[in-house]
Amino acid sequence: MEFLSYLISGISLGSVYAIIALGYTMVYGIAKMLNFAHGDIIMIGGYVSFCAMFYLGLPNIVAVLLAVIVCTVLGVVIERLAYKPLRSAPSLAVLITAIGVSYFLQNSALLIWKAAARVYPPVVEGSMQLFGGKLTVSYVSLLTIAACVVIMIGLTTFVNKSKMGKAMRACSEDKAAAQLMGINVNATISATFAIGSALAAIAGVLLCSFNTSLMPTTGSMPGIKAFTAAVFGGIGSIPGAFLGGLLLGIIEAMAKAYISTNLANSIVFAVLIVVLLVKPAGLLGKSVTEKV
Amino acid sequence: MTQKEKAKLVPVSREPALLTERDADKSPVLECIDLGITFGGLKAVDNFNVTIGRTEITGLIGPNGAGKTTVFNLLTKVYQPTHGTILLNGKDIHDLNTAQVNRAGIARTFQNIRLFGDMTVEQNITVAMDTQMHYTMPEGILRLPRFWKEEHVMHERAMELLSIFHMEDLANAKANSLPYGAQRRLEILRALATNPSLLLLDEPAAGMNPSETAELMENIRSIRDTFKIAVLLIEHDMNLVMNICEGIAVLNFGHVIAKGTPEDIQNNPEVIEAYLGKQKEA
Repeated sequence: MEFLSYLISGISLGSVYAIIALGYTMVYGIAKMLNFAHGDIIMIGGYVSFCAMFYLGLPNIVAVLLAVIVCTVLGVVIERLAYKPLRSAPSLAVLITAIGVSYFLQNSALLIWKAAARVYPPVVEGSMQLFGGKLTVSYVSLLTIAACVVIMIGLTTFVNKSKMGKAMRACSEDKAAAQLMGINVNATISATFAIGSALAAIAGVLLCSFNTSLMPTTGSMPGIKAFTAAVFGGIGSIPGAFLGGLLLGIIEAMAKAYISTNLANSIVFAVLIVVLLVKPAGLLGKSVTEKV
Repeated sequence: MTQKEKAKLVPVSREPALLTERDADKSPVLECIDLGITFGGLKAVDNFNVTIGRTEITGLIGPNGAGKTTVFNLLTKVYQPTHGTILLNGKDIHDLNTAQVNRAGIARTFQNIRLFGDMTVEQNITVAMDTQMHYTMPEGILRLPRFWKEEHVMHERAMELLSIFHMEDLANAKANSLPYGAQRRLEILRALATNPSLLLLDEPAAGMNPSETAELMENIRSIRDTFKIAVLLIEHDMNLVMNICEGIAVLNFGHVIAKGTPEDIQNNPEVIEAYLGKQKEA
């Protein structure tokens, strides 16, 4: 029964990672850049929902929607101002810019909301008892898992069936060719950032509900771990991000429970290294063999 | 006079416009006036004056490195010309970007195949049609009638296009699983799907065997006749060029050294020199 409870907490933690990883993987797949500011958009999502609930007294669902809207706009604006001018710059320049944006967001949050951690009450309270009280599952866990599944299904359908989704896949394969087929590449990249950032806002709310705390650095560690999850599953692949996120969450929960809480992060990254040694493109990534 | 002012001026005395008499009564689909681009100090293409009729098949030939693909890149705005004017259907495309030029009517294929390899054959074609579809996001999400109607139209059109090359059976195959020749043909179909008035083909017969090339010639002609469009092609296969092109322009070191009908070109001493080198005085 203990194992089951660890497993559920691992899956729900993994679901949060998966939602964040989807943002990383989509942006990487289409814009071919690592958006290191993604983790900080999660934190902004957390603060916006926090402020909406406590200072404005809005109902939880409205607060979450507000966070989604603010983060979507923020993501698109960041792309327009910081990344778009560098569209044809070397990827290293874009990477450094992304790190800069990350610090900018963190320090802005520090300025606005101060360094002290806030207590973030879960968006849904309570839990349910299973097996005559032997197993307690919080509603937040259930909500997280459900949200992750819904997002995963929605996103897969979107990418495979919609006009914009098809344009995204075309851009991810060959931006120049897509442009020559009349696809507006800039609009497609903006839409990708919008979707990724909206997902980050949802992840932010779930993550804060999970940890019940919020501070300006809240997003960095989960951001890095979700990035790891995206690489683990095969960066650029949507099912890969989902799988990578879930596995990472489960490994982390199990390591915490059975090995050591302090070592959990080390174990997570050790597993990543091993997987990448065996499958350099990640679990579901495609290994590209260059024709010589 | 600055470079920009110069570019806006249309020369008073234009060279003989059309390469052939075929479309003499209609306005041309494409006019290039003094078109050129400089990379650093190198004039990759200079003074490119070529006019293409509405339903003309035109060849652009020349030795390797003559600037043929650069001309394609200029026409599709992959490169912004440093001087000269491009008129597409009589309109200056100076301010359009690549995607807008495509919507305005120029579609192209690539020397090295650049399909969307992970997408199916049909998706490769329909993704090129999406810009012509009008259903909105809510209509797509809710699957309203217009969505179904347009999806149906796209599917029908994709199948129609595939039937040109008898590729209907391959509609659901992944593009990168196709054999080489079929990939080349799919590239042509994908370009056609954007509904162009001018189709640019960059070495369509590269890597094809003689019988495939013969078939391709027939296809290019029938595409022109069915869709009533102009075709500009770069090709090294002289048999193909001389057989299907009504007009030919020869490029060498970025300059047009000759243009005219296939017969004119075959007998032009400058062209022979560019290809075979100067003949020694006997």
